Amino acid sequence: MDKEFTYPEPANLGADRIGEKMVVNLGPNHPATHGVLRLKLELDGDLVTRCDPMVGYLHRGQEKLAENMTYNQFIPFTDRLDYLAPLCNNIAYCLCAEKLAGIDATPRCKALRVICCELSRIASHLIGIAAYGMDAGSWTVFMYCYTQREKLYTLFEQLTGARLTTSFARVGGMRRDIPEGWFGNVNAFCNQFLPALDEIDALITRNKIFMDRTVGIGVISPETAMQWGLTGANLRASGVSSDLRKDVPYLGYEDYDFDVAIGVHGDCYDRWLVRIEEMRQSVRIVRQAIEKMPDGPIDVGNPRIAPPEKTKVLKNMENLINNFILVTEGPDIPAGEAYFEAENPKGALGFFIISNGGGVPYRVKIRAPSFVSLCAMQELIPGHHISDVPIILGSMDFVLGECDR
Amino acid sequence: MDSSKIISELGFLKPRKSADSALAFDCPPEHLVKAAKTLRDSHDCRSLQDIAAIDMGPDSSPRFGAVYHFYSHSKKKYVRLVCMCADSARPALPSLCGVFKGADWNEREAYDLMGITFEGHPSLRRIMMWESYPWHPLRKDFPLSGRDAPLPDTFADNENATKVVPAPEEGGPFHSPSTATIFASQREPRSADTAASAPENP
Repeated sequence: MDKEFTYPEPANLGADRIGEKMVVNLGPNHPATHGVLRLKLELDGDLVTRCDPMVGYLHRGQEKLAENMTYNQFIPFTDRLDYLAPLCNNIAYCLCAEKLAGIDATPRCKALRVICCELSRIASHLIGIAAYGMDAGSWTVFMYCYTQREKLYTLFEQLTGARLTTSFARVGGMRRDIPEGWFGNVNAFCNQFLPALDEIDALITRNKIFMDRTVGIGVISPETAMQWGLTGANLRASGVSSDLRKDVPYLGYEDYDFDVAIGVHGDCYDRWLVRIEEMRQSVRIVRQAIEKMPDGPIDVGNPRIAPPEKTKVLKNMENLINNFILVTEGPDIPAGEAYFEAENPKGALGFFIISNGGGVPYRVKIRAPSFVSLCAMQELIPGHHISDVPIILGSMDFVLGECDR
Repeated sequence: MDSSKIISELGFLKPRKSADSALAFDCPPEHLVKAAKTLRDSHDCRSLQDIAAIDMGPDSSPRFGAVYHFYSHSKKKYVRLVCMCADSARPALPSLCGVFKGADWNEREAYDLMGITFEGHPSLRRIMMWESYPWHPLRKDFPLSGRDAPLPDTFADNENATKVVPAPEEGGPFHSPSTATIFASQREPRSADTAASAPENP
């Protein structure tokens, strides 16, 4: 939004003292922008007086693609939205399609999805704080976080067969049940992760340099945060108690015991603290989910939505036909429209699907939380010094794959 | 918050069928700003979550529209307003930038990809595609394989009014010279079939 910049008090020296404005391009290839983001900054000396984020360098037309393929064919594309938490995206898209179809996943599937979502949240927040810490000059924390993420990716590989592009969820279920002994590995990870997180916490959270650079920087008031439509950790850091897992429960989140971390000041430091605490809460949820993991099938027993078991497909003609139709024509989703938002690591990832019936959606709109976070930059960054820009960008934890879609 | 209470305050809204738990209404475009203001001030819908531009197909009338999703953090409820544009040739809707700051980029995206003009938007520019791009790719008569469009000739910045001459190796060894007209159909033979059968006007 174009609006006149008002100088903050110490710099407000009168019109004749305002220096010559200079336009600086930050990005699109700059390590501090965490992807192909370009910021057009108007500077007066060190002070940013206008910020115009330029996005679209990674635009792949994902919504157009989604309208030209079946529901399950689009799941690999959702990996490429927020590619730091692909499992969350897979599940969010399937949940929206299931909402449209009016079906409910099986209890075992829901619990497995909760574990997938929370492990992805830990992985995504680890990258978020690693890159954020590095923007503030801490290389050690970056390496500590990546060590932990590597262990998580090994778990994802055991579960899905892929480290990054998991494509694991399906409409009405999951690709397959867990491999043998996987929960034991997850428990082992959780047990060693909490001390490691404490170590990361101890390394940087009370670090004088880090606090000097983040406390009081990039303050977002609760009202402003809601006005811009911020969601997730960025909104909670501003002091708004809003977590879709608690407020609009999906996947049975109402049955888990966890706390919602809320900030007080809404500055960069609070956004750091909220992310650290959310990882601890995610471990709590994962442990509870493993403990009360129900038995039973992983796919809904609806032949119009989920394919039959592979062993039956190989032996039985009717099941083979059923499988063939589901793969070629897609799951049979009734006509209608549905909007669903999932509490993803980056914020609320929303899908709005209009269906005319059949296996291909008519219109898919992706509500990307990173897109919204970056939109707010035009108000958030002006008034800060240019050295604060990477800190603010890092604290907002966005992903350009999701923003540009 | 229930739909009868909202309708009693905003008589022009009509209930709409929905597969989810959101309160869904049809809203005439001329009352959109008033509806958004009332939802924000009297019903505590403080956040505009999303604007989804829709195209109901080249033959339907009204053809273009936008779906607005509002969220109330206190009542934990979504409200959906569906607003169809009266004119299908030049679709236009009022801008909500004055009511919700978050409408800014969402409206730019709807303008860029669907070609809906938002009246009163402070700077309605393209956001995903480049400024000189002639088409609106999310329209239903735009083929999946894309359509020919000249690439932006320079990366010049309008604000600086300087023309940037690309370095000889810019873009790598497979980069075509910027003087040639580069079209998708020449690069990708498969795209020619569908692009040729598509109608001329965007």
